[in-house]
Amino acid sequence: MQSNNIHEIVVLSGKGGTGKTSLTASLAVLAGNDAVIADCDVDAANMHLLLRPDFGETFEFYSGELAVINQDLCNQCGTCAEVCRFHAIPQDKNQYQINALDCEGCGYCEKVCPTHAITMQERRSGSVYISKTKVGSTMVHARLDIAAENSGKLVAKVKNDAKAIALAGNKHFIIVDGSPGIGCPVVSSLAGANYVILVTEPTMSGLHDLKRVHAVIERFRIKSGCIINKYDLNKEQTAEIKCFLREEQIDHLADIPYDSIFSEAMIEEKTIVEIESPLKQLVGSIWEKVKEQLTRKN
Amino acid sequence: MKIALTASGKTWDSMIDPRFGRTEFIVIYDEETQQLTVIDNSEVKNEAHGAGTATAQKLYDLKPDVLITGNGPGGTASQALKHLNMKIFVDAHELTLKQAYEQYKSGNLKEI
Amino acid sequence: MNPDKPLKIAVASGKGGTGKTLFSTNLAAFLSQKQKTLLVDLDVEEPNDFLFINGTIEKISDQYKMIPLWDENKCTLCGSCSNTCKYHAVVQLGTFIAVFTELCHSCYACSELCPVQALPMQRHKMGKITTIDSGNLTFIESRLEVGEEQAVPLIHQTHDLVDTQYKDIPIQVFDCPPGTSCPVVAAARKADFVVLVTEPTPFGLNDLRLAIETMQKIQKPVGVVINRWGIGNDEVEKYCDQAQIPILAKIPFDRQIAEYYSNGELVYDKIEYITTSLRQVITAIQHAV
Repeated sequence: MQSNNIHEIVVLSGKGGTGKTSLTASLAVLAGNDAVIADCDVDAANMHLLLRPDFGETFEFYSGELAVINQDLCNQCGTCAEVCRFHAIPQDKNQYQINALDCEGCGYCEKVCPTHAITMQERRSGSVYISKTKVGSTMVHARLDIAAENSGKLVAKVKNDAKAIALAGNKHFIIVDGSPGIGCPVVSSLAGANYVILVTEPTMSGLHDLKRVHAVIERFRIKSGCIINKYDLNKEQTAEIKCFLREEQIDHLADIPYDSIFSEAMIEEKTIVEIESPLKQLVGSIWEKVKEQLTRKN
Repeated sequence: MKIALTASGKTWDSMIDPRFGRTEFIVIYDEETQQLTVIDNSEVKNEAHGAGTATAQKLYDLKPDVLITGNGPGGTASQALKHLNMKIFVDAHELTLKQAYEQYKSGNLKEI
Repeated sequence: MNPDKPLKIAVASGKGGTGKTLFSTNLAAFLSQKQKTLLVDLDVEEPNDFLFINGTIEKISDQYKMIPLWDENKCTLCGSCSNTCKYHAVVQLGTFIAVFTELCHSCYACSELCPVQALPMQRHKMGKITTIDSGNLTFIESRLEVGEEQAVPLIHQTHDLVDTQYKDIPIQVFDCPPGTSCPVVAAARKADFVVLVTEPTPFGLNDLRLAIETMQKIQKPVGVVINRWGIGNDEVEKYCDQAQIPILAKIPFDRQIAEYYSNGELVYDKIEYITTSLRQVITAIQHAV
């Protein structure tokens, strides 16, 4: 029954630029060494800039497949290039070659190659790190290779490692910086979560994205709360978001005013709770509210 | 009745794995024979995408009457499961397999 | 640069929220004051440019991808398709074959390798392309259906449509999806020049570096626009100097811009330094290509 004590909190926002990572890192600092941090926003992994992890351990990560031609076995018949719908096998200097950028790993070429010159190999897509952060907690994070694609598998790997570390170390929290969008990686970052924090901003696209992400959360019946960042930039949109929160019974965690402290803190490689300002109290109260929601559930 | 549980380990004392598609194991309990069968799901766990449908496919081969899991299957997986005549009970993710089974028996788990 | 071919400018950024939409829509609107301009929103999962462009809908065309359709009568349940599909989009569930369209990459392998032709390919709607006439500005929005996950095929089809039907528009602006993965590579591939929009913060710099690496991998000339200039530090500028990447413009942080933006309004003709910046950017690009 060990994992009964672990609360997994996932922070999400449909679109970028809402301050999600700054807020997630702040919660990570407030939770200190009682939390394991998982950065699943691998497309634009930025949390390391605030939590200064030491990149202690590195693991190569493989995801999906890539066709590879053994030129010694290839008889240049061109069957592979004919069947490839992704135009990933151009002929160059009388040799058929796989263009890794275009290959989608479907394996059709491998199946039709008469000389068995093509094999499907695991595709390296990035690195996973297990680090110590500046507050002493453990952080699991990843870096994708250029033009590599995020996947449910990578997110699951980051989260699983975080969970194993939390179990072994008797930690109470796992704080996850979630993936953007609403696809497979988001579903993967939500699996097993106890609470979701949604970060949005009062723009037309902010509300639109919030609704889309919420539809995914609802499917998994996970309790959620919302932070409206930069709420004072557009009061009408803020009112509309609040309406939506009430209708959907999403906890309204806080309204954060637009504040240059977000970027000022970032430049000092700090989170907003490490600098004295009214926001420090505000974010502190968010963390208290989230903890209260989590304990109430049990 | 055959009961399938998504599990993070291989015994009655293991925790329920809250995930459907990427569950570590599928454990089948046959109420008639009282036997526990463990199916390793690690090759599905390693798929970049489509873990939900791949795990669903396995359940078609196992043909359980009941599935007990945590969050519940995602969009594509639940679509895949709909032709399988199987009841799905969710929100068991903070329980051991044994506890989850007992809760199911006493009617305390939520059916979707 | 071939004068008969349109100038294609892609606008990208390492991450979302840096002002890519703001810059693309205003650049296109600014250019259309002088000449016919095309704006293409290729952020197919979250197209937002339409919020800023007013005009009349000229055409909506549905876009399709090809997916297999199971023919129950021909199928012998041999399992070949289910074993072939690497994406688990075609799975054998008991005595029937299920096709999950959102997972399908349209590789045709299951269909063409089926020994009894029980999986013919058929059209499946994956999105739509809307053309909007806004005077000198033609706006094309490419939008993926909710629930579809494959952005790349739709981006390719949009490029094809532009190249066949709008090749006479001399200047074309492409608003790319955020990030550094496959969709942005597909979106920027046809461009003569890529503008990377960033902000002067550590997050901005980190994402900019990744975006530059991505564009260098596909051998595109790049220039940088620093948005919200003044909020952070000068590390982005130092980095660009060192890496010899031209900075095309610096757009100061201004609450007024943010407020106009949140209401869906363009600013190219409302704020003078924006007009000046846009003029600088286009001069620099024309000079570079």
